[in-house]
Amino acid sequence: MKRIVASLLIMIALSFTITSHAAQLIKIDGSSTVYPITEAVAEEFQKIENGNTRTTVGISGTGGGFKKFCAGETDVSDASRPIKPTEVELCKKNGVEYIELPVAYDGLAVIINPKNNWVDYMTVKELKKLWEPEAQGKITKWNQIRYNWPNKEIHLFGAGVDSGTYDYFTEAVVGKEHSSRGDFTSSEDDNVLVQGISNDNFALGFFGMAYYEHNKDKLKIVPVDDENDANGKGPIIPEYENVVKGTYQPLSRPLFIYVSKKSADKQEVKRFIDFYMKSAAELSKEVGYISLPNTAYELVLKRFEKRVIGSVFGGHGSQVGVKIEELLKKE
Amino acid sequence: MDIKLKNKLYDKSFYVVGLFATLIGLVVLLTLLINVAIDGFSRLGWQFITNYPSRKPAEAGVLSAWVGTVWVAVLTLLAAFPIGVAAATYLEEYSKRNWLRELIEINITNLSAVPSIIYGLLGLELFVRGMNMDRSVISGALTLAILILPLIIISTREAIRAIQPTIREASLALGATKWQTIRNQVLPAAMPSILTGTILAISRAIGEASPLITIGALTYVAFLPTSPISSDFPYISVKGLFDPFTVLPIQIFNWVSRPQKGFLINAAAGIMVLLIIVFFMNGIATYLRYRYEKRIKW
Repeated sequence: MKRIVASLLIMIALSFTITSHAAQLIKIDGSSTVYPITEAVAEEFQKIENGNTRTTVGISGTGGGFKKFCAGETDVSDASRPIKPTEVELCKKNGVEYIELPVAYDGLAVIINPKNNWVDYMTVKELKKLWEPEAQGKITKWNQIRYNWPNKEIHLFGAGVDSGTYDYFTEAVVGKEHSSRGDFTSSEDDNVLVQGISNDNFALGFFGMAYYEHNKDKLKIVPVDDENDANGKGPIIPEYENVVKGTYQPLSRPLFIYVSKKSADKQEVKRFIDFYMKSAAELSKEVGYISLPNTAYELVLKRFEKRVIGSVFGGHGSQVGVKIEELLKKE
Repeated sequence: MDIKLKNKLYDKSFYVVGLFATLIGLVVLLTLLINVAIDGFSRLGWQFITNYPSRKPAEAGVLSAWVGTVWVAVLTLLAAFPIGVAAATYLEEYSKRNWLRELIEINITNLSAVPSIIYGLLGLELFVRGMNMDRSVISGALTLAILILPLIIISTREAIRAIQPTIREASLALGATKWQTIRNQVLPAAMPSILTGTILAISRAIGEASPLITIGALTYVAFLPTSPISSDFPYISVKGLFDPFTVLPIQIFNWVSRPQKGFLINAAAGIMVLLIIVFFMNGIATYLRYRYEKRIKW
């Protein structure tokens, strides 16, 4: 007993004494989707700065992150969608000006069970028919979507309604942000969705493609056809080439960081953003996302150096089918 | 049926039901422990508890998380214990039975059932924004202190109520003042039960993630709070209280939701570290309880 007490006291004492020296602090918060990229950049940045700059990253979600960012509490905000009108208002009220920087692409994957041998592809129209609010309680069987599919119940899985992923999927498929049927299994934790779909032969769901990449043995991906030949002919799966070229539409989306203009004048934040843009190509791939083309990162860095204030999306929230490079070239 | 036989049958069947009920708890706990141990044991090691978080599962560790958890636990205890015990002593020993006391009692009981995220919102507005303490260790600890205060008050009151009135009367009869009676008789005798209640409350606080995420505790923190013991005059520093922090449940929560399998293993190992800390704290409480019990001689 005495030994246990002694070792615990040592542990407590230790935890109070081991410490690093005080340093400048860069505060980041926001989307949990963007988190892995920012975490990777922060990790490498801290190494090259020899611990002289401290970086903290939180996961309050895109909306929660903007609340803190627009209150002036953070330097950088991770976002899986562009800033919304209500958030633009909040920032304006508190005098927070921001620079919007795209950092990578994410593809949303439509996923079924590997034992499902009837679905070869789906069109966006079919997805809309399945997910729109009017489908609730009505579209419940596979053969209601396509007549030659089985007369079996369809079980739906989707990202939690507070996530940027849900907002984007509904905007892209249903046509209205944050609007879908409500009778599906939703979870903020995508691993729960992976489990659910891999154990259910009649399941269909959607989530970020990184979760598909790491669970390929348990899941099957559905190619999606937007029936617009300008974006590539026929059904397309979210692979690197397709997302970068913008042919996996409408389900690929850009991810962003927002930098407060006031913070951008601090030397350590400048160095951090510079490092972010130089390493994002490699690090975003490493953590399971699709990097922007190299030329895009140069344009993004220029955008930062010129302190271009505001959002290229006009502050209207999620927008479907954007190619970052084209948007940046317009300036 | 013969009444004697019937009673015997009831007796036996209650024994079986009781045993079954006990086993359910044990079996569930064991399954969880074994499950976590199988997943996480391979990752548990010196490197795991001395490394900062990383994007590479094999290099990631829980240093900032467990140090944060210990900081928060100790500060929460320092804040909640004196206030909780003092409030309970007042309610039991001093306050008169009137509508105000009833109101306070009902409120305390209700507060212990409020979802913890509500306390997070309170902490965010009161400590982080209102008192300008930022998203620091002290904000987190005070938020958790408020969260467990009702639990400490309720268990302390139970403990004080369990002390026989004859002890108080004897003490007063010998000329002791009310405060002397409480200080020298009532509180020492109640201390073992108070400690049990406190440690249960702290164990709950250690496992909380949602109120801390609400006040803005962070996920990626690759440094530790400034040490309270410094080599320069005045040797004690409170700067660490205002440093950003993370705790084990937040780190575990983040790892569980990542796509890479390596992070799921890390999460299991993180859960084991958390369990070990809770186990140690329970150990200390049991030890203190044992010492206090030995000291009481009437």
